[in-house]
Amino acid sequence: MDTLSQSFVTALALVASFDRELSAIVLLSLKVSLTAVLIATAVGLPLGAAIAVGRFRGQQTLTVILNGLMGLPPVVVGLLVYLLLSRSGPLGEADLLFTPTAMIVAQAILITPIIASLGRQVVEDAWREHKEQLRSLGASDWRAALTLLWDTRFSLFTAVLAGLGRAAAEVGAVMIVGGNIDGVTRVMTTTIALETSKGDLPLALALGLILIALVLLLNAAAYMTRQWAARHYG
Amino acid sequence: MGRPTLRLGTQASGLFPLELRELSFESHGTPIIDRVSLAIDGERRTVILGANGAGKSVLMRLMHGLLEPSGGRITWGGRPQRPRAQAMVFQRPVMLRTSALKNVAYGLKLAGVGRDERLSRAGAALARVGLQHLAARPARVLSGGEQQRLALARAWALEPKVLFLDEPTANLDPTATREVEDVIADIALGGAKIIMTTHNLGQARRLADEIVFLHRGRVVEHTPAEEFFRQPRSAEAAAFMKGELPWF
Repeated sequence: MDTLSQSFVTALALVASFDRELSAIVLLSLKVSLTAVLIATAVGLPLGAAIAVGRFRGQQTLTVILNGLMGLPPVVVGLLVYLLLSRSGPLGEADLLFTPTAMIVAQAILITPIIASLGRQVVEDAWREHKEQLRSLGASDWRAALTLLWDTRFSLFTAVLAGLGRAAAEVGAVMIVGGNIDGVTRVMTTTIALETSKGDLPLALALGLILIALVLLLNAAAYMTRQWAARHYG
Repeated sequence: MGRPTLRLGTQASGLFPLELRELSFESHGTPIIDRVSLAIDGERRTVILGANGAGKSVLMRLMHGLLEPSGGRITWGGRPQRPRAQAMVFQRPVMLRTSALKNVAYGLKLAGVGRDERLSRAGAALARVGLQHLAARPARVLSGGEQQRLALARAWALEPKVLFLDEPTANLDPTATREVEDVIADIALGGAKIIMTTHNLGQARRLADEIVFLHRGRVVEHTPAEEFFRQPRSAEAAAFMKGELPWF
């Protein structure tokens, strides 16, 4: 009990003093996860909108697969990306294993289905409402998809935040493809895992606190965006 | 650009008559529209009247082109091409999450109108429906009546030669209904052909020059309004008139 409270105090001190090691880890985490979210959004939202609005065979199958992939286990994604990027793998030439780039790739793969799937749901609901009006005005399906992506931007933002939350909190994928190398590929979650097993609780706790704060912040942002949008745009 | 400022009479535009020949529409094997043949001219305001489920909305969507017929055909002035200069206003107005003005401008954008012209035309259309003071307001927070007038402005801005209206006042209170009817009458005066559905007899009396009475997917009569309201030719229409309270 004593060690715990002592660790807690040290952790708070680390956070308050903007400890250099701590900041570097937090910054790398944000850089990796934000970049992954950017990529996943660029791929996932158009994909989700296309599935929602388009008329093609296999639409339902694709929807089911995408929904299923939302639950991809991070360690499995890590393993697949590891196999792709390892020396003997098909992309081994690029020499990306154990770099932040590899971590971005893994996280992007992990959360693209989440953003695509949530996005599809949002756009599909909007499409049901707007379909006849947009067709009556002469909008092609792809034009309608773009219009609805813009029209549902506030709901989609919360989908993107959900992806960010998932990316920032996962440990399995970045651990495998990043390797948790001190100063190079150590992010919040991998550090927590390592430091805890080493018995160095203050750093792990400090990172845990920051991670929890970040997740709470993301959810608050999502909630407030929805509220604001509902008040201003209906 | 390229739109004539001088309005040609709708008859002169060559879109009419709008002819339906043996037009049918089925949904999952159930006939909704059953071999309807009808010729509509470009002059008179046409009201499609009938009970709920008679097929009014489906018939209108077939004419507008939102639905493909299962059988038969539609021609405009003898040609099968659907004219571009047509618009439709739905029972429930659907607005994008942006200002009233930009909602009107969006329709013009899809029609290929340049940016400056679309803003000025959208502004003018808002003024014509009496909503210029709400131009900057988010469209979806306007009242139901305001949103329906906004939908009319969006349609009007396109300068349609034919305006379809599907139960445009079904969700509105009497005051808002009157405002919407006034706008519809103005659009008709501007030279657009009006084709609208309603199950409201009072509204049909106020707006119709001719009545198409639909019963179970079939046209049972097509009569000048005055004659229809004096004495409908068909037993179905007579029964409908008896059962339906003439509102207002």
